[in-house]
Amino acid sequence: MNGISNSIVEASGLTKRYGSGNTEVMALREVSLNVVQGEVVALLGPSGAGKTTLLTVLGLIRPPDAGKIVIDGTVVFDGCLMVDARKYRRIHLGFVFQKANLIPFLTAAENVQLAMEINDASPHAARRRAMELLDYLGVSDRADYLPAKLSGGQQQRVAVARALANRPSLILADEPTAALDSVRGRQVMELFRNVAHEQRTGVIVVTHDHRALDVFDRALEMEDGMLRTSQSLNEEIRHKKNK
Amino acid sequence: MNLAIKDIRHNLGRFVLTTLGISLLLMVVMGMGGIYRGLVEEATLLVDCLGADLWVVQKDTRGPFAELSHIPRKLEYRVMAVPGVKSADSFISNTIQREYRGNPLRLTIQGLSWPNDRGQTLPIYSGRIIGQAHYEMLADKSSKLKIGDKIPLGKNSYTVVGLTYHMNSPAGDSMAFLTIADAQDVQFDISGEAIRTERAARINRLQSIDLGHIQPQMADRAGGMASGIPALGTSMVSAILVHVEPGYDPAAVASKIVSCWPDVSVYSREGQRELLLRGIERNRRQLGLFRILLILVSGIIMALILYTLTLDKLHDIAMLKLMGARNTVILALIMQQAQLLGILGLITARLLGEWIFPYFPRRVVLLQGDLIQLVLIVLVVSVLASLLGIAKALRVDPGEVLS
Repeated sequence: MNGISNSIVEASGLTKRYGSGNTEVMALREVSLNVVQGEVVALLGPSGAGKTTLLTVLGLIRPPDAGKIVIDGTVVFDGCLMVDARKYRRIHLGFVFQKANLIPFLTAAENVQLAMEINDASPHAARRRAMELLDYLGVSDRADYLPAKLSGGQQQRVAVARALANRPSLILADEPTAALDSVRGRQVMELFRNVAHEQRTGVIVVTHDHRALDVFDRALEMEDGMLRTSQSLNEEIRHKKNK
Repeated sequence: MNLAIKDIRHNLGRFVLTTLGISLLLMVVMGMGGIYRGLVEEATLLVDCLGADLWVVQKDTRGPFAELSHIPRKLEYRVMAVPGVKSADSFISNTIQREYRGNPLRLTIQGLSWPNDRGQTLPIYSGRIIGQAHYEMLADKSSKLKIGDKIPLGKNSYTVVGLTYHMNSPAGDSMAFLTIADAQDVQFDISGEAIRTERAARINRLQSIDLGHIQPQMADRAGGMASGIPALGTSMVSAILVHVEPGYDPAAVASKIVSCWPDVSVYSREGQRELLLRGIERNRRQLGLFRILLILVSGIIMALILYTLTLDKLHDIAMLKLMGARNTVILALIMQQAQLLGILGLITARLLGEWIFPYFPRRVVLLQGDLIQLVLIVLVVSVLASLLGIAKALRVDPGEVLS
């Protein structure tokens, strides 16, 4: 089903349980969410609130128990998976995590290339785009280095390049700056904003870092599996942007 | 992008050591097969070298290699009289063990029918064939004897005039070739005291039978050399080697010989080969069993190594899945590594074998057919060995990247 709105993500009634009986945990309770093209959304909340679970559900890594997800006009989940999750992730989604999770035996450029080659891009075209992305992210001089030879910030930039490689509709980032210092963390957040605005990509970032809130267009807060728009956080964003 | 090769390059040291370990196992597998082929070749080499169409041996024996056979040498002349027989040569085979220069020297002595057979059909490595009726010998180079060595056997010494190669008995002993008369001397050599005792006993036996009384002059002969009393003892050989005239059917000639003289058995060349191969059948089965066990052990070790390598990569595999990589990408990563491990292990095993096998006490013969068979087996084992790792990899949850 193709929609005509400019929404990248429309999710409604998302529910996710872990365990059963006495050990049952409601990780998501009737979560609804809407992210538009080019929007960078911060997802905040205490540990165990369900932020990462929401990302795994939206990323089709672990399907929800109930609810509906529409990404870029395509119904991907409506009580059950409506698409080949792995293929969908390959083409439409990009992921960035707290750890860069680069493949250790591939160079920085190869890590980015791989994302495109598994999406059937030719090695030559993949290499060219990988170099463009690394150049855009300021790490082209480290293209032929193995991840172990890169700093944490450089690794995270390569991870961002990899997430962008296939021009995804939606980027999901789980605390991407947690392992970085504030300067480099802010640089990565700004990268997301620039990419989102330039490529009309939706970006959802789980973060605890309030210092870079002004980078985001909007903030959402999660607690006990429930999602809500935080007036205070959005006020803080507006305040920081106007500073 | 070939992930298997990239991963190997990243973990080169571990992969090289693993390959070396697998190659040592495969080298033993290869060696076992080679030893069996060596046994077959050693067992049949002499039969093939001598090229006799028929082997005339003692009645109802499987001689002269699988079983002792004694037939009178004069049978040679009888056989020559059979139509279709081109030549008939006496043949002697017996194994001796002596002390030579402080080391044990074990030789299987073969008697050549001088002057027709001087060893010209044998594979000569260095030196020459036998040039005189007595006191010269050819020895296989595996005996470690050298040209010019004088080997005391019985009451005489024999000079090594030529060295053969790959001439070992089915038991693996080096062969030595003497003229038939010399071989008989060696085979029937007994001490002077034993000769004197035997001669006295012979006179007693003669005097106790009618012959001694009818022909009293025989008593003089009975006390002399055994060869001088054909009625009491005759020159014995192990077999008579028969070459058949072109145009004659060896089977028909064999039937004729057996029908003429019921005191002998006759084997064709193929029959003799079959007897020899039957003799090593148990060895073949034993080596075959060892090979199967070693291949199983190699497979299990490969499976464990590949499983461990896969465990090390589970996080990367989860990441690949999360990025949307197809299962074929992950399968190729593991299976290509398994096949590389197997093939490189095999190549290394072959190279190591080339270097080490010549030092094996038994001859190792590597046939191309056996190697191709081993390549196929290793490829199948590699695929099977990778299944454990593949099963684990396919069960990996992409969500593990988040943990």
